[in-house]
Amino acid sequence: MSEQLNAQPVRRRLIPFRIVAEPRIEDLPKWYPFVLSVGAVIVALLIGAIVLAIGGGNPWRAYAHIARASFGSIGVFSDTIVKAIPLIFVGLACSVAFRMKLWNIGAEGQFYMGAFGASAVVLLPILPATAPTWLFIITMIVAGLLMGAIYGFIPGILKARFNVNEVISTLMLNYIAVAWNNYFIFAVWTEGGFQMSKMFPQNAWLPRLTDFGSEIPFFRGLTTHFGLVIALVAVVIVWFIMYKSKWGYEIRLIGDNPKAATYAGIPIKRHMVYVMMLSGALAGLAGMSEISGVVHRLQGAISPGYGFTGIIVAWLAKLNPFAVILVSVLFGGLILAGREIQPSGVPKMIQGVILVCLIASDYLIRYKVRIIKESTVD
Amino acid sequence: MNGEVDFTSPFLKKFFIKRGAMDPKNQGLENELVIKMRHIEKRFPGVLANDNVDFNLIKGEIHALLGENGAGKSTLMNILAGLYKADKGSIFVEGKRVSFNSPKDAIAAGIGMVHQHFMLVPSQTVTENILLGLNEPRFIMNLSDYDKKIVELGEKFGLPVDPKAKIWQLSVGEQQRVEILKMLYRGANVLILDEPTAVLAPVEIDILFNTLRNMVSLGKSVIFISHKLHEVQSIADRLTVLRKGKITAEGVEAAGKSRADLAKLMVGRDVIFNFEKEAHNPGKTILEVKDLHCFNDKGLKALNGVSLEVCSGEIVGLAGVAGNGQRELADALTGLRKCEQGSVVIHGDETTNKSAKTSIKKGVSHIPEDRTHVGTAPNLSVTDNVIMKSYNNKPISNGWVLNTVEAEKNARELKEAYEIVVPSIDTPVRLLSGGNLQRVILAREISAAPSLMIAMQPTRGLDVGAIEGVQRLILAQKKTGAGILLISEELEELIALSDRIYVMYEGEIMGQVTNGDIDAIGLMMTGTRMEEIQEAGVTHE
Amino acid sequence: MDILIILQAGVASGTVLLFATVGGIFNERSGIMNLGLEGMMLFGAMSAFSVTVSTGNPWLGVLVAMLAAGLLSQIHAFITIQLQADQVVSGLALTFLGTGISLVLGEGLSKAGVVSLLPAFSVPLLSHIPIIGRIFFTNQSILVYVGYLIVPLSWYYINRTRPGLHLRAVGEYPAAADALGINVYRLRYFYVFVGGLFAGLSGATISLAISPGWFSELTTAGQGWIAIGLIIFSQWNPVRAAFGAYVFGALRRLILDIQGPALIFGLANPFYYNPYYGFFLQMLPYAFTIIVLVLGSKEAVKKRLGAPAALGTPYIRGQRGL
Repeated sequence: MSEQLNAQPVRRRLIPFRIVAEPRIEDLPKWYPFVLSVGAVIVALLIGAIVLAIGGGNPWRAYAHIARASFGSIGVFSDTIVKAIPLIFVGLACSVAFRMKLWNIGAEGQFYMGAFGASAVVLLPILPATAPTWLFIITMIVAGLLMGAIYGFIPGILKARFNVNEVISTLMLNYIAVAWNNYFIFAVWTEGGFQMSKMFPQNAWLPRLTDFGSEIPFFRGLTTHFGLVIALVAVVIVWFIMYKSKWGYEIRLIGDNPKAATYAGIPIKRHMVYVMMLSGALAGLAGMSEISGVVHRLQGAISPGYGFTGIIVAWLAKLNPFAVILVSVLFGGLILAGREIQPSGVPKMIQGVILVCLIASDYLIRYKVRIIKESTVD
Repeated sequence: MNGEVDFTSPFLKKFFIKRGAMDPKNQGLENELVIKMRHIEKRFPGVLANDNVDFNLIKGEIHALLGENGAGKSTLMNILAGLYKADKGSIFVEGKRVSFNSPKDAIAAGIGMVHQHFMLVPSQTVTENILLGLNEPRFIMNLSDYDKKIVELGEKFGLPVDPKAKIWQLSVGEQQRVEILKMLYRGANVLILDEPTAVLAPVEIDILFNTLRNMVSLGKSVIFISHKLHEVQSIADRLTVLRKGKITAEGVEAAGKSRADLAKLMVGRDVIFNFEKEAHNPGKTILEVKDLHCFNDKGLKALNGVSLEVCSGEIVGLAGVAGNGQRELADALTGLRKCEQGSVVIHGDETTNKSAKTSIKKGVSHIPEDRTHVGTAPNLSVTDNVIMKSYNNKPISNGWVLNTVEAEKNARELKEAYEIVVPSIDTPVRLLSGGNLQRVILAREISAAPSLMIAMQPTRGLDVGAIEGVQRLILAQKKTGAGILLISEELEELIALSDRIYVMYEGEIMGQVTNGDIDAIGLMMTGTRMEEIQEAGVTHE
Repeated sequence: MDILIILQAGVASGTVLLFATVGGIFNERSGIMNLGLEGMMLFGAMSAFSVTVSTGNPWLGVLVAMLAAGLLSQIHAFITIQLQADQVVSGLALTFLGTGISLVLGEGLSKAGVVSLLPAFSVPLLSHIPIIGRIFFTNQSILVYVGYLIVPLSWYYINRTRPGLHLRAVGEYPAAADALGINVYRLRYFYVFVGGLFAGLSGATISLAISPGWFSELTTAGQGWIAIGLIIFSQWNPVRAAFGAYVFGALRRLILDIQGPALIFGLANPFYYNPYYGFFLQMLPYAFTIIVLVLGSKEAVKKRLGAPAALGTPYIRGQRGL
């Protein structure tokens, strides 16, 4: 009778009520998890406000500033989208891995390796500076995908072969990726002793809306770039893989019950490696689109922690590829506005609080919680 | 209205029941009661596990608590042992009202429970396990004095143990002894044993019964939870029967009831123990296992040269006490476990150490022992669960694309055909009852039209109606010409369904019987070989 | 480049990992995995430094650091024990949270300048033992000596005392412990708190003794994650943990010092002539952690060692199995 048992009632003698939790045995309405997530975010923002107030700031002014600086005008909204693009990629990357309960927290490192791969196309160089834009884009996409996939392959194979905890290995690889990139921008591709490469030729840039400003005046000054299109295509592809393909079925089965998957004849270890590679490739694309669409050169600190934010994006989106888009835009705004907020740790802290509240709120999906007046004698 | 009392009136009912309890005839009994439970009610989400249950235990008796799986026996005893808290009702220990907030309180009141799944820490020694949770020794664990005490206690009650041995090194019977000692060491006067014989071989059961009788003679009282009628009759002084959370017989003399009566009290209707068996007409050999050796998850030898065969159109039973290699054999046959030596041949093709996929392709279906952890993906829908074996085939999938429309159609058809009670095919299967979950698995495994079916404990934990349904489905499979290997611990089920029965002991086949000779099976289950039985002439041919 | 100096400094910097790892061992022995070590360490380092800056008393700093990280750990405890959430995700969230809060509250601390640090001294007799005295007992911070005591004490506590027996039982088979009246929930809360205390101590060791100051996220620079690797490597044994922690500490020092001399053993030192190769040296501790995990897993399979059986699974009374 394993399903019958409830959690211990949280009981405090002095309080005239008690909280009783019972496992849910009925199906939930479809809107419930959504409302719950929104509620969790609101609670998180309230908690964040309290911490900010303790730290001596004015939380409401900070939040108002975030809203204005990220969604206040079409110009800043375009910038928000620019921040959202890499988040969509890493959010997808984390979604596919988490679906199989592979805790890939190395999206940050895979992002750097993707950026490195894309840069190599220009800097190695793989293509001459005069190559057409379409060729550059395709080659850089392939390079970013490939480097990311390779960087996902390492923790995948380590887990499959040696049972190495992927949380630690992916995290360690993050530090290694940053050091690797630093070596190249300091020692190999340095431009005149600065810690950055030379600027890429214009043909290696992803087209931006502002590039069409002469034909469509509305686009003038808008920085949103072609990476958005790639990201949206990636969303559709990931959705298709997850819900409409055999592979996706296998991934979902492994994620829910690996023993059942083995029993159904699915080679789990092989899928571990494949899924980590897919996840790494998606995160690598994020690096590629950021390098080619925004930075236009290889340099240090190209990510304000996109890889980690991706974890929260995936969790908040409940691993649903389409929801990743919406959540990414919200967090893009947070990151964009967060750059100007003092102290600089605020966005990170708010992200942390949101994630904590989200995980806590999951309890309400699994359990019905009622508050009972302690009128009856116990 | 001719002067009769209307017994249906709730008020009068209450009055008369109260009167009954005060009956002077019962008064004498009242004084001897160690345990008195009154009007116990316990509700779990969706189930009323105990509904106004009364229970009495007399000092120095062995009292059996009888009922089907899910009847509420374990719940009632878990309440008595302080693990659960009753929603309503009261408990009296030697006349004093008690309220247990934790097992510790129950133990302090002299009530100790031996659970069906042993509550022993495998990596710790016998002594460490017995001392767990006690206030002695105060801080530093200097164990040699305690080792001695435990050995002495064991000798007193006829429970020999090695105090320094680690639990994982002990046999199941020895572990059970440690469990009982654990409670005796804590000064338990009332010992609750939850299905203690389920994991024991017949010889070990005899030893246990002797120990229990010995304990009772030393003044302890024993509550014995079981659903096995013959055991209850041989050990219990009195018995109480539960059905669907309600009492159907309370404190009756065990000697005064026939097995058929008890069965009726347990299940609420007459039980048909026999099916009309089709004649045994085996076709060509489907499965041939030769000298199979393999290890279990702990790295210990689990199969030690198993050879057997299953033909088309027959049900072959595999009997044995749990943990004698049955699970490993099922895994090895279905490609889930690597073997060290020997061969598995299915339809004339060697499939030893091939993948699970190979065995699925060969038309082997597998009803796993563990429905929730192996057989299904709990958070996936019914639709996703029933295509687990067939998602590679057309029309469910085409190339690498999954055809969700076909998958849903398939699920709807199976839901109809196998009478799976579920609000929608999108419902995650974790919300299904045990019987319905088993139907999902059977629907999946049978719809694949298997030529060989490995069914492990297919009826465990199901209620009587569901058991019968599952057994009929298995018999129907035999009719279609499939070969079935039925692995079960329920001897009655095996004898009722099987054409032949192999008996397994410590990873070896002891022999096979074709006439359902239960004595021979029992002997083989404890390690006697068929040849030895025949030489000794023990069996009546 | 004096090997003894490197080893001596290595023991000092290994003490940081030691505290975090031993705390993590207590934590995980109770069945709760806490991947939030990094966040708790950072929070501890920040609190210790902040309190010392404003009060001038490093001891108060250590105390507040331990309590602060212990408090933070209780968020993880509540989410994983009471709300039965996934321990991996909750631990990650704790790292984000601890890092974020530390950055917010530690704003401006990096310019705080010099603070009074914990005392360092040599042990009278022991420091005269050749080599060993030099490495372990000469001019070390008091916390390093605390580390020496912590190792045998925690081993003894876990393996030879009654509370240790209960701790192991709760992590191996909580249902068995519960059935005997041991309060599984309370013990798990407690040992998650202990893990937090140690993580705070570890953070304070950085900011008040080993590399004093506040350098935002670089203060810990992933040492919390290395400690988690060490927990697995240690097979949940404090003695092995100490070995691993000191080796890693020495490795860190070696990486810092190896770029100094022009010649090593008479050979040209590539790291001296091309300082950019230092980036590859920086990778070493992280790469080494992965290698240690690979070796650890192989050994675990061979010896049938393993994590506490109930590690990572929430305990729900009445549920079968672990």
